[in-house]
Amino acid sequence: MMLFRLSIKNLKKSFKDYAIYFFTLILGVAIFYIFNAIDSQTVMLNVSKNTHDLIDLMNQVLSGVSVFVSGVLGFLIIYASRFLIKRRKKEFGIYMTLGMSKRKISLILLYETLSIGIISLGVGLLLGVVFSQAMSVLVINMFEADMSQFAFTFSNGAMIKTIIYFSIMYFLVMIFNTFSVSKCKLIDLIQASKKNETVKMKNPIVCVLVFIIAACILGYAYYNVTAGVQNIAEFSDLLIQIGLGCFGTLLIFWSFSGLVLRIVSTSKKIYLKGLNAFTLRQLNSQINTTVVSMSIICIMLFMTICILASATSIKTSMAENLKEMTPVDIEITKPVNASKTYYLDVTKEQDENSMVSVRKNLEDLDFNIDDNFKDVLEFSSYVDDNITWRTTFGDTIDKVLAKYSYLNVDQKEILIEISDYNRLAELFNIEKYSLSNGQYMIIGDYDEMIALRNEALKIGTTITINGKTYSPKYKECKKGFIDLAANHITTGIILLPDGALENSLEAVNYLFANYKTANGTKEEKQKVEDKIRELNNHPNAENIILNGSTKIEIYEASIGLAAMATFIGLYLGIIFLISSAAILALKELSESSDNKDRYMILRKIGVDEKMLNKALYRQIAIFFFLPLSLALIHTIFGLQVCNTILETFGRMNLLASISMTAIFLVFIYGGYFLITYFSSKNIIRER
Amino acid sequence: MPNMLRIEKIEKYYGSRSSLTKAINNISFDVEKGEFVAIMGSSGSGKTTLLNCISTIDKVTSGHIFVDGEDITKLRGGKLNKFRREELGFIFQDFNLLDTLTAYENIALALSIQNVSASKIEDKVKDVAKKLNIENVLNKYPYQMSGGQKQRVASARAIITDPKLILADEPTGALDSKSAKMLLESFNYLNTNLEATILMVTHDAFTASYASRVIFIKDGKIFSEINRGDDSRKEFFDKIIDTVTLLGGDLNDVV
Repeated sequence: MMLFRLSIKNLKKSFKDYAIYFFTLILGVAIFYIFNAIDSQTVMLNVSKNTHDLIDLMNQVLSGVSVFVSGVLGFLIIYASRFLIKRRKKEFGIYMTLGMSKRKISLILLYETLSIGIISLGVGLLLGVVFSQAMSVLVINMFEADMSQFAFTFSNGAMIKTIIYFSIMYFLVMIFNTFSVSKCKLIDLIQASKKNETVKMKNPIVCVLVFIIAACILGYAYYNVTAGVQNIAEFSDLLIQIGLGCFGTLLIFWSFSGLVLRIVSTSKKIYLKGLNAFTLRQLNSQINTTVVSMSIICIMLFMTICILASATSIKTSMAENLKEMTPVDIEITKPVNASKTYYLDVTKEQDENSMVSVRKNLEDLDFNIDDNFKDVLEFSSYVDDNITWRTTFGDTIDKVLAKYSYLNVDQKEILIEISDYNRLAELFNIEKYSLSNGQYMIIGDYDEMIALRNEALKIGTTITINGKTYSPKYKECKKGFIDLAANHITTGIILLPDGALENSLEAVNYLFANYKTANGTKEEKQKVEDKIRELNNHPNAENIILNGSTKIEIYEASIGLAAMATFIGLYLGIIFLISSAAILALKELSESSDNKDRYMILRKIGVDEKMLNKALYRQIAIFFFLPLSLALIHTIFGLQVCNTILETFGRMNLLASISMTAIFLVFIYGGYFLITYFSSKNIIRER
Repeated sequence: MPNMLRIEKIEKYYGSRSSLTKAINNISFDVEKGEFVAIMGSSGSGKTTLLNCISTIDKVTSGHIFVDGEDITKLRGGKLNKFRREELGFIFQDFNLLDTLTAYENIALALSIQNVSASKIEDKVKDVAKKLNIENVLNKYPYQMSGGQKQRVASARAIITDPKLILADEPTGALDSKSAKMLLESFNYLNTNLEATILMVTHDAFTASYASRVIFIKDGKIFSEINRGDDSRKEFFDKIIDTVTLLGGDLNDVV
């Protein structure tokens, strides 16, 4: 009992030291709860079954990510408790000289961890429950469910899961603490505060050189991911750039403080003003001893910002994309000449049925087109044995294969007559084109393929169909698509003048339509949609190959995907942000307590508190914002890469996502910065 | 000669009413401009408390302290720091040099926190370094210097602001005898050639013998006071030893 009282008193006394620890734990618990509670919030959403399946998948992924997150948090908590133990070595030394056994000291620590754990779990869960209501609104918004479904939710499962996961973490911390106490020697504990520090100075000229090299490396990597992005074909190329970026970052931090010291100290006016010399030296030694962690934190911040920015923008960009990519309610396609084109193992009935139109197929399934559809448009696409990707790439084929060896260049091109396409374009409300005799053109919207095709078009590659040769009308592909999709995936469709395909093999028959409804409400459309889904159960269904994409289906899949990406991105981003901020904060705090004497000396020679605090503030601010600023510079270029990778989801809305990310940064990173400053102020005030 | 430091009936109490400790119990004395005064006493005699009160690190319970006519017990907050910064110079037993700064920067710091211009700082540091014979260590870090060099750098930092009063707390405490002697010679130089007023706290009779006057404190009161007058340092040293013996066993550790 005495030990328990002692540990409670310790906690009260050193509450200020523990502020960061508490803050981190509470945030960790709250976030863990919030993201695991999404499960229960989504259960009651009134959304379609499709969406529910996606939500289930999302929740599974989120709980998988939770395991990873708990690993990160566990590491962070152990790191933090190590800092706290270090800070109390003298106290333990005194206990030991009084004859307290190590076992009892461990017991004190155990009680402390226990009390901290219980308090932080309680407060964290409370905060989590409060903020998960805000998350509820986000969830409803994400899945475009009805706002009236909002209700106060409390997730028992999430709470129990949080408690179990954090209990395990605290248990590990206890073991770790016991271990580190048992390893201590009394003499070390007592003399913990006395240590000789030799100041390692780097050669300033070397610093300047290294800095220049680092800047060059970073510049090269930046160039490669922006202006030279077309040379990055495979993921491994990107990894090389990331590796270069990491290496450059490391070198920057290695040389930065030396460089700044060198530059500033040449200007005596600045260097010898107030406490500038002291602050600079302080930063110099601080940054020099934390080069690796600074770099890691910088990279982590960079990733965080990219993740957060991408996560927050993916939903809006997808929504915009969808509007453009699904101009009509339904697209039904069917292979024609099934056995001769794509489908090898078709039944006889299926093959026979493939020779008639989609319309006829639908009638066979007892579906009345005129009752359910309006704006119906039908046409076919063709293939020609001689027109494969290999032919259209023409002389550039070697270049293409050298870069994309995995590309199947023997697949047949899709051929459509220009007037068919223009009717579709009319329905889609996209640009129409015209072709004269002997001309062809390619439409598409998948940028990477478009770029390849443009090379071939630029040199005027011709194609020959049914004995007639066609040359490209434009020196580049034009924007266009035919299939409803969530993303820009049209790799290229060849448009030819009318009549050019008379003798070609019909490959796919298309039917595009809007749903015929009285008022155009969501519910009415859903009814038609359900009818179409029912067709799968028709007795004739197995003899007919029909493929359909509907706007509703694509929409649901996309928002599910977007929501998943958003939630996982937010989850990881916030955890990374907390981890890096917490590590910085702990480093800075241990620095402050190591430097207590230095501040005492300054005080003795007449530096007033205001000046000291200003110096401390500057030091911490620079320490915090140095990795952030480099991370921000990285981000400017990194976001371009994210943008390219996520291009199929549509362009990012940068302003919105950056402001969202900034809010997270300001609150979490800024919060840690302020706590660190105030705690440090307290530490250096101690006598 | 005018009084640089005038201490009037100061008292310093610690603790509560039930258990009162009188660290300083009614002490009064004057220090003239250009004087080199040593204060001796055993540990617990109140000499460090006295120095802390004069240096405004601590506050007196009652009484007044005048530095060049200004009552420093009435100073508060920013003025207090300004006073400490501009009118006092400190030399500590453990040097209190900042280990991250070079000797030059350590010395310059005392001026830069007063917002003295950089060019002026440059001249003054060079000047004072010459006087204290530490020009060759100016670009070294404290860990590269000997104890004596460190203490002379600390002394340079103390006098560079041209303080009215230099307060030295056991300045030779961490030095070997040769370095101690060199430091004290420096003090003598500062005292006689630059007319610096020095108040030094020590419990070492040899160190005290460099002063022109020694004040002995026991149990928070002035026990006695001896002037060097025209004595040689050796004769003065003997007189100090005699007084220390008179003070009783408490000061045995000086021998």
